[in-house]
Order: sequence, then structure tokens, then C-alpha cells
Amino acid sequence: MVISAETRAAIDAQIQKYPQRRGALLPALHLVQKEKGWIAPETARELAAIFEIQPIEVLEVVTFYNMFYDRPQGRHHVYVCTNLPCSLRGGRDLVHAIEQHLGIEAGETTKDGRITLGHEECLGACAWAPMLRIGETYHENLDVETAKRLLDELK
Amino acid sequence: MQKAPFVTGYLTEHTGDDAYATLDGYRARGGYEAAKRALTGMSPDEIVNLVKDAGLQGRGGAGFGTGMKWSFMPKGTDKPKYLVCNADESEPGSFKDRLLLERAPHQMLEGILIGAKATGAAKTFVYVRGEYAHPADVLERAIDEARAAGILGADCMGSGFAHDVVVTRGAGAYICGEETGLLESLEGKKGQPRKKPPFPAQYGAFGMPTTVNNVETFSHVPHILNKGAAWFRGFGTEKSPGTTIFGVSGLVQRPGLYELPLGTRLDTIVFDHAGGPLPGRKVKGVIPGGMSMPILPVSQLDVPMANEFLRERKTMLGTGGVMVLDDSVCMVRVACVVTYFFRDESCGQCTQCREGTGWMNKIVQRIERGAGSKGDLDILLDVAAKMEGQTICAFADAAAWPVQGLLRHFREDFEAHIEHGKCPFPESFQL
Repeated sequence: MVISAETRAAIDAQIQKYPQRRGALLPALHLVQKEKGWIAPETARELAAIFEIQPIEVLEVVTFYNMFYDRPQGRHHVYVCTNLPCSLRGGRDLVHAIEQHLGIEAGETTKDGRITLGHEECLGACAWAPMLRIGETYHENLDVETAKRLLDELK
Repeated sequence: MQKAPFVTGYLTEHTGDDAYATLDGYRARGGYEAAKRALTGMSPDEIVNLVKDAGLQGRGGAGFGTGMKWSFMPKGTDKPKYLVCNADESEPGSFKDRLLLERAPHQMLEGILIGAKATGAAKTFVYVRGEYAHPADVLERAIDEARAAGILGADCMGSGFAHDVVVTRGAGAYICGEETGLLESLEGKKGQPRKKPPFPAQYGAFGMPTTVNNVETFSHVPHILNKGAAWFRGFGTEKSPGTTIFGVSGLVQRPGLYELPLGTRLDTIVFDHAGGPLPGRKVKGVIPGGMSMPILPVSQLDVPMANEFLRERKTMLGTGGVMVLDDSVCMVRVACVVTYFFRDESCGQCTQCREGTGWMNKIVQRIERGAGSKGDLDILLDVAAKMEGQTICAFADAAAWPVQGLLRHFREDFEAHIEHGKCPFPESFQL
């Protein structure tokens, strides 16, 4: 068993909310990922057993959605919005500056496993561009120096 | 995120008050009085007819009549019926639902409860886009409060009507904002849209009769019940009543949210409310309703923001996300950003969309690099025409329209790239 008892209990509570068991698959993937950081093949197999579906059906969901990961991730996710409203106000300059600062390209993880950097589509913060999210937290109205300072603070 | 729009109306009058997001604060402003009346003193038909009379149109992009949609739900069925609240706000340039979720969750819940009574729904699933972690938390807290106070549950406000609300978080797929893509996702699958018919009112979430409405749409409903259809029609145009929350972004002095009547002119929004272009700049074009909606050039901004007027200019209100582009902007770069997005987000189900979005992106990138040829523009329009109206859902249309709009009004930008063999806009935003 790779999923902890605590997460398993939370998954069971989610299953109760839906008329069909599988309705809780996305909530379960969020829960498992919070615990494990990503969805490993053995985790997908265990989820498949819980949801009474095939492992491939779990994996096709994992790979369909941007926020589920089928490989290990950095300790922190830093995603910079590069959609049009942010691009107009320096979103892409921000990504390039961060790439240089971290010595990686968007889509890569720093060697110390500290940060996975990505660019992302519109996050609904268009009037406060440019912006990025670190994990679940939005940081809006950024300039390059503030963004670098935020990243340097990540352990 | 601002706590209240720069211009407020009935939807956002109290969003600046932190307490408004709590049950006590919401009740202090008269909250849940409309739901109580709906649950204890109104028949489903009375509610549906009132919302029809008010002329409320969906605020998620398609603009379909809300009362009409509710009336499609079958009566006298023994199947459980569901409502779905589409909180997957992911149309680029749209950020109004985020405000309503974070600052006025009970207003939306009250609208849901009224809609539930009108449609006989046993449960509502609120599908919140995965990135909206904070709004989802605020909403969960509001639902817990409403449940603890007996507003939601087995006997809502002592009326004998049972209803519960479940929050489901998406995981970063634009297509899940499409209502049947959303339903698939809600069922724990890839968010690939379904063929219609059957429509959700017959075969929706988990195969049961379902109605899908947007966050803002539900949020209007308590006000209609409180003040009546005639009052609601006092805002907006004859065909498009009420206010909406415009989200202004891009190269403009005062980007932000503005609650204004439908039918407010686009130039009034851009120049008067949002302060016009940045110093020393001129407005070149404006995308009026989220990235899927065709752009308008500066010469055509004298248009009332309501679908009956915008359609005459071959665009639509969409989500009310107004993106302002100034004279520094290269429209081919805009096309690169737009087509990349749709290529990336196509669910891959229909060939026209999966391949077409990729080809459009390749061609505009080639033009931007200076490697385009004269025939490329005709190929672009040909690909767009073959995507439009040919697929299971409207995503392919949403991908084709902005490219068609850019070529309709800014063809000279594309031609200049091809002629000079490079991008002639050195001051434009970088890719």
C-alpha cells in the first residue's frame, strides 16, 4: 500500500459525495498528489483498485490534466502566466528572467529539486499582471526583483 | 485581486466588506430572504417564469436564457436531478467569477438554492477550476456554514426541500469549461465533450437530468427574486437585461473589474472607466469578451456591449473580458499567443480541431519569424473555415474566430511581416 491511511480515509469521504464512485477520482488524485507530490505507477494501480477501474483509466486522466503529474516534481511549483493579458504586461519577460535566475528552462526542475518552473495559461488574474503562482498561492502585480526574492525564499 | 470592482452594482455592492463572505455578514444584508421565499412560498413554475420574465441570460459566454434552460429539466421523473455550477472560469482575460467566489460565495449559493427549487434538483456540483484553490476554500467554508445553519441539507430552512452542494476541483484543462467536457470531468474522466443531443437536461451528470449555469448567472438570481423582473429590466438593453462584471486587462491605465449594465459602450469602458491607453500610446484594438471573441479595431469601439449589437460587428460578449491592445502591439504575436493556447488546450477528440489548431499555430509562428509566404494567409483562413462548426463542441469555433478577427481587421500586420521578412513591431511585447 502506497497511499497512507489518512489519505485513504479522505478519499473514502469524497466517494460518499458522488452518485458514482468514479466521480471522486479527480478529488482523490488531488489528495494523493498532496501526499506524494506526483502519481507514480504503483499509486495509479492502487487508485484503480479503489475506483474499480483499470490503471490505464487512471493514467489517461492523470496525463489529460495539467495539474496532475506522472513524474517526480520539485518541492515547489512556480508557474508564470504567459497568456495574452500577462504577455502584454511583461509575463514573458518575467519567465525569461526567472529561467536565467534559476539556470533552468520552463518545464524543468532545479538540480537540487527545489523548484519546478513552468509557464501556464490564464490564471484569472489578468488585471494584476504579470503574476505567478507558487503552489496554490497567487502573487500578482509582480516585477522581476520581487519575483526573484519570492523564489529565493523557497526552501 | 481587488475586493470590489471600481464601479459596483447590485452584484458587487458589498464585496468590499470582508464580512459579506460569511453567513452572518451576508444575512445582515438581507441574504437568504429570497431563497426562503422561493422554498416556502413559490412553485417551481413561478420561479422559472419570473427568471424568464427578467430575461436573465447566462453569463458564462453563450448567453442562453436562464429561465428557458431551467424549463428544459424534465418533470415527473423519478431520476435524481442535478445542478452544476460552472466555476471553471478559464477563458483567457476573464476573472469576474473569481471575485464572486472569493467575496460573495453566499450570494451564489442562494442563487443555486433558488435554481434547485425551480428545477427540482437534489444536489449541486460546483466545478471550480483547479488553480482557484483559495476561491474553492472560501466556498467550502460558506457551504459548511450554510449546512450548519440548516440552509442546506435535508430540510432547507425548514421548508421540507432537501438540497446539498458539493465542490469539485478541476485540474487545469480549459476544455472543462465546456459544459459537457465539465460533466465528463465531474464523472472522473478526461474532459472530452459529448455529442449533443442528448442535451444535459436529459442526460447530464452521471447520466441524470442536469442544468449547468455559470457562477455569475446564479449570483443574479436572488436579486431578481427580491426586486422583480421589471426592476432587473431597468438595467441593460431590451434584449440583454441586467448588469455584468467586465474584466478589463492589457495595456490600459486602470485594469480591473467594473460592474456595468449590459449595453454599456465598449469605448466608454475602455476610455472613461479604465482610463484609456498608457501615456504616449494609442489604442489599436480591443478583444471584447475573452480570448475566443474576435477583436475589434479602435474605429469600431462605439458598440454597446450586448450580443445583439456585437454580433453585427462579427463578435460577441463572451465572458465580458475586455483586453486592450495598444499601437505597440504586433497582431501576429497576438495570433501566436492565441493559437498556441488553443493548440495546447484542444482535447484532441476531433480531427479538425486537433490538427487545425496546430496548423494555425505553425503558420502564424512562421509568419512572425519572417518566413511566411503570401499564400499563408489564405491557408490560415481556409483552415479556420474548416474548423468552424465542424466539431463536437464549440472549442474549434472559439479557436477559429480570433484568428479570423485578427485577419479581418489587421491583415496589414501579417502582410508587413511577409513583405519585410521580419517583425516590423520592435516595441511589441516579447514572445
